[in-house]
Amino acid sequence: MKRSPWLVAAHYGMLIVLALLCVAPIVVIFATSMRQQVQIFSEPLNFIFTPTLENYRAVLVEDHLDRYLWNSLFVGVVSTVITLVVGCMAAYGLARFRFPGRHTVAYTTLLLRTVPLAVLAIPVFMIWNQWGLINSLWGLVLLYVGVNLPFTIWLLYGFVLQVPVELEEAAAIDGCGPIRIFTKILLPLMAPGLAAASIFTFRIAWNEFILALVLTDRQTRTLPVAATLFITDLGVDWGKVMAMASLIAIPPLIFTFIAARQIISGLTAGAVKG
Amino acid sequence: MRTPRWVPVFFIAPAVLVMAVACLYPVLAAFQLSGYDWSMGTPWESARWQGVGNFVEAFNNRRVWSSLWTTLLFAAVCVSAEMVLGIALALALEQKVRGMAFFRTLFILPMMIAPIAVGLVWRYMFDAQFGLINAALIAVGLEPKIWLADPLLAFIAIVIADIWQWTPFVFIMMIAALANVDSSVIEASRIDGAGWWQMTMRVKLPMVMHVIAITLMMRLIDAFRVLEVIYVLTFGGPGDSTEILSLHIYKTAFIGQQLGVAAAISVLLLTVVAALSWGALRLSNPMKDDA
Repeated sequence: MKRSPWLVAAHYGMLIVLALLCVAPIVVIFATSMRQQVQIFSEPLNFIFTPTLENYRAVLVEDHLDRYLWNSLFVGVVSTVITLVVGCMAAYGLARFRFPGRHTVAYTTLLLRTVPLAVLAIPVFMIWNQWGLINSLWGLVLLYVGVNLPFTIWLLYGFVLQVPVELEEAAAIDGCGPIRIFTKILLPLMAPGLAAASIFTFRIAWNEFILALVLTDRQTRTLPVAATLFITDLGVDWGKVMAMASLIAIPPLIFTFIAARQIISGLTAGAVKG
Repeated sequence: MRTPRWVPVFFIAPAVLVMAVACLYPVLAAFQLSGYDWSMGTPWESARWQGVGNFVEAFNNRRVWSSLWTTLLFAAVCVSAEMVLGIALALALEQKVRGMAFFRTLFILPMMIAPIAVGLVWRYMFDAQFGLINAALIAVGLEPKIWLADPLLAFIAIVIADIWQWTPFVFIMMIAALANVDSSVIEASRIDGAGWWQMTMRVKLPMVMHVIAITLMMRLIDAFRVLEVIYVLTFGGPGDSTEILSLHIYKTAFIGQQLGVAAAISVLLLTVVAALSWGALRLSNPMKDDA
């Protein structure tokens, strides 16, 4: 059925309004980060100004927050790599083999996914103290891998099921061992799933705040923790705060524009077959 | 196909090990801690057994109850607004149009960027002196408001931030679900003379009810886990008007230094979330034995 041009125009009009609503606060982050403090205070609604990178220079060079940028990158990348390797293996194991305890593992995994991080913060603070993992980036990596694995396994499980099992059976008949089947047959076919999983994992590790706040110190802070340092009782240096917020927002924004399709398939996986 | 015993163990053991150490063990430790009185920086051996003392203390604290109420109200208001808005928008915009992929990319941006950044930008926009929202109110001739200093307005602020961030999720889920509805069913109901309203209420929505239920569960679980946006936006204030349970737990543990009591409240929050998760698993278990 052909729709009238008016309906189509209304459709686009609504989409554009919604898109503006979604994007506006994000634009505000970047715009404010490129304004001088004076302008932010004097004329909040004036959107025509000469952009300056002064706030970025101030936080990265003068306040030496570049260190926290590297901490965040390290924690994000390392925990993503480990989560993917370990999670992919587990998803394969759960999807393809029947063994005693399989249900227990699957259910516990799904339930762990929903634990509020504030609940985790207290015991982890205690345990990491005992184990000497507190204030260490590796301690944070270990925790993020543990927190991310449930979702990663759940997401990749669906992708393993989509790979035809006949391929693996044929390889087995040709004399391939299980590990070679996994690395040579399964992994290449799961590339889209791995892409989605890596974005979700990196996003959590990169964005996470409360656990990092509790488990890090001056040396090992990540960017989200550092960003809140500019909020004091004496007032907020909005230009600097928004420069930090922009630095935090940039990687997820890039991933979203590169791989929106994979992200959406990851979001809807499990609920919507398609 | 016969596989040797060690094969599944080899694939699963690393994940099980990490999750046990970094996720399951801490959760169990929270249960244990809820029975003790322990102070930060002291050895665990010095902790004193409290029995149900921490729970008694938690339940006798008015702030715990008001925080539980705030959490329930926040979850109910946000999730119902997001579901209604998301479903209505999806129904209005389900027709396929060119460029939808681009719009969907823009729609998922709010949930991709860090909750900390979301909290910071909303705090800036709600700022009484320099905020854009007040500036816009003045520009159209309305009274500016001291948003984050008024209990009701602060609550509205955290609700608005959550709705902004998560309505697109409901929308995306519903668009995907509606696209999967068998078009021959729609066609059949059209031939039978169903109008738009009838078709929507009697055919489309019932056919995507399963996805609606799962989306609702996912949103509810996440609404009970929210912390970071509120941490920066209001830090629970003014007073305790926006202090949701997660934030109350954090404050009790790391500001009040009452780790045992905080763990007891954690057990309360875990029970609520576990009940919701159990419901979600009943609706849809992504790992059930369908293979």
